[in-house]
Amino acid sequence: MNSRIAHVAFNTFREAVRDRVLYNLIAFAVLLSGAAILVGQISIDIERLVVVNLGLTAVTLFGVVIAIFIGIGLVSKEIEKRTLYTVLSRPVRRWEFVVGKFLGLTGTLLVNTFFMGVAVFLALWYVAHHLERGDLSITAALYFIVLQFLIVCALALLFSSFSSPLLSAVFTFALFVIGSLSEDLRGFAAATKGIAGAVASIVAYLVPNFSAMNVVNQVAHGETVAGQLILYNTLYALLYSTMAISGAVLIFQRRNLK
Amino acid sequence: MAAIETINLAKTYAVGFWRKKPRTALLPLNLTIETGEIFGFLGPNGAGKTTTLKLLTGIVFPTSGTARILGKDVDDPVVKAQIGFLPEQPYFYDHLTARELLQYYGQLSGMPAKDLSSRVEKMLGRVGLADAAHTQLRKFSKGMLQRVGLAQAILHDPRLVFLDEPMSGLDPIGRREVRELIQQLKQEGKTVFFSTHILSDAEALCDRVGVIHQGQLRGVGAVADLTSQVHGKVEMIFTAGSVPAGLTSLGAEARVSGNMVSVVLPEENQEAALEVLRRERLRLTSLTPVRTSLEEYYMQNLQPAGKSMGVGA
Repeated sequence: MNSRIAHVAFNTFREAVRDRVLYNLIAFAVLLSGAAILVGQISIDIERLVVVNLGLTAVTLFGVVIAIFIGIGLVSKEIEKRTLYTVLSRPVRRWEFVVGKFLGLTGTLLVNTFFMGVAVFLALWYVAHHLERGDLSITAALYFIVLQFLIVCALALLFSSFSSPLLSAVFTFALFVIGSLSEDLRGFAAATKGIAGAVASIVAYLVPNFSAMNVVNQVAHGETVAGQLILYNTLYALLYSTMAISGAVLIFQRRNLK
Repeated sequence: MAAIETINLAKTYAVGFWRKKPRTALLPLNLTIETGEIFGFLGPNGAGKTTTLKLLTGIVFPTSGTARILGKDVDDPVVKAQIGFLPEQPYFYDHLTARELLQYYGQLSGMPAKDLSSRVEKMLGRVGLADAAHTQLRKFSKGMLQRVGLAQAILHDPRLVFLDEPMSGLDPIGRREVRELIQQLKQEGKTVFFSTHILSDAEALCDRVGVIHQGQLRGVGAVADLTSQVHGKVEMIFTAGSVPAGLTSLGAEARVSGNMVSVVLPEENQEAALEVLRRERLRLTSLTPVRTSLEEYYMQNLQPAGKSMGVGA
């Protein structure tokens, strides 16, 4: 990796850690251990289902909140605080700065997700008293969640490159919700004719397809995740986030920093 | 080779939310600054000083015209490795310590890792922050931030240093240290371009100054050349018990001390005043020109555009 991108990324990661972003892990641990103890007492043979469902959903929500709230400030905060002036007056190209910030945040989320994932496995081990080979599919679900974070970060960065932090947060969260319902939207588009159907179809393919990356229910029931889906989702997430980051770079390249 | 050269460099911002209106921040600027020069850019708040600095450091883009730094385009990474910039009232990453911040900026400037640590220590010492190297910037005072800002601007040994209001927020000792630092930079052969509205600093430090107001360069040149353009005053000292009535109508400001009278009046009224003294048969002791300060030149050039007497770039 280009060394300037790596330095910007590392600084972004260090900033997130020192701003106590990883403290969310404590809240997550409390939530999950509380749930595990509760489930251990009241569930009959569905402990695994409940813990995996609850755990992975919490991983997604915690991560999305971090991705949105840090993502929208990645560049705008630097402009507002004018820390960018001393960075861009050095031999750092604007695209390198944007990509570095993006990688720094995704790195933070990766570390965060790793610890949350470990917590999910511990909770599962606590309620089920053992881990099975099939539990490995939880790793695939966690990987898909990271792919979702990649897209959410890129979208937050894209929106924040031309709108206010509040609007960027609203837009990104709205896209996350719509994207999570994209399968339903595609179904609606297929069942609807005329202009409404065409519009629904365009929207359904434009919004990120988070439905395809949500295999939480599947792995909670012990089902495996197809290798082909892993490949397709990886390519899709890389393509989608690259396009969003490219858009952010294009806007940022021309932006006057007042 | 000129260190800085601008040709019709201009900037207009679009302001407003819906129907954007143009607001001119800088009218076409033609300026050449030679290598090794200390150049002071003077003007009141909102005059266009910071906009010019942002244009020269690639932070904003010109609406028209061009700027060349060390013979190359402003955005050229080779140029950026050779310039240092201290923004006005700088903010830095407050989660970092002073040492970490300088290391980060050194890395971004492409400094070799083996030299970086020793250079960081040297710079911290040079700006008087050696004892605060491990303190996070969120705990720094305004003056300390200004010092760390200066350190980052000269860390990578740039050939050209841009300083936007470098004395801002500093106490008298800090201001003197910054003045000394700028002089040291000149001795090291560096070019320094700094904006200020503290005229005494500019007068003491600069080889040349430029006065900007309402986005227009009103004058540029050596301080002595600029102040010589201002219609000066003369001081006359003569023996008399009181001030002759004829002098007051010539705009003289008089001070009587015993039987000596000292009057200061516009240079163009000098002959008329001498005639008054001859008529009154008073003995002239001395006649000396009063040195015009940069402040007078500055104030005279803050008239609305068109009424200025600047020589242009």
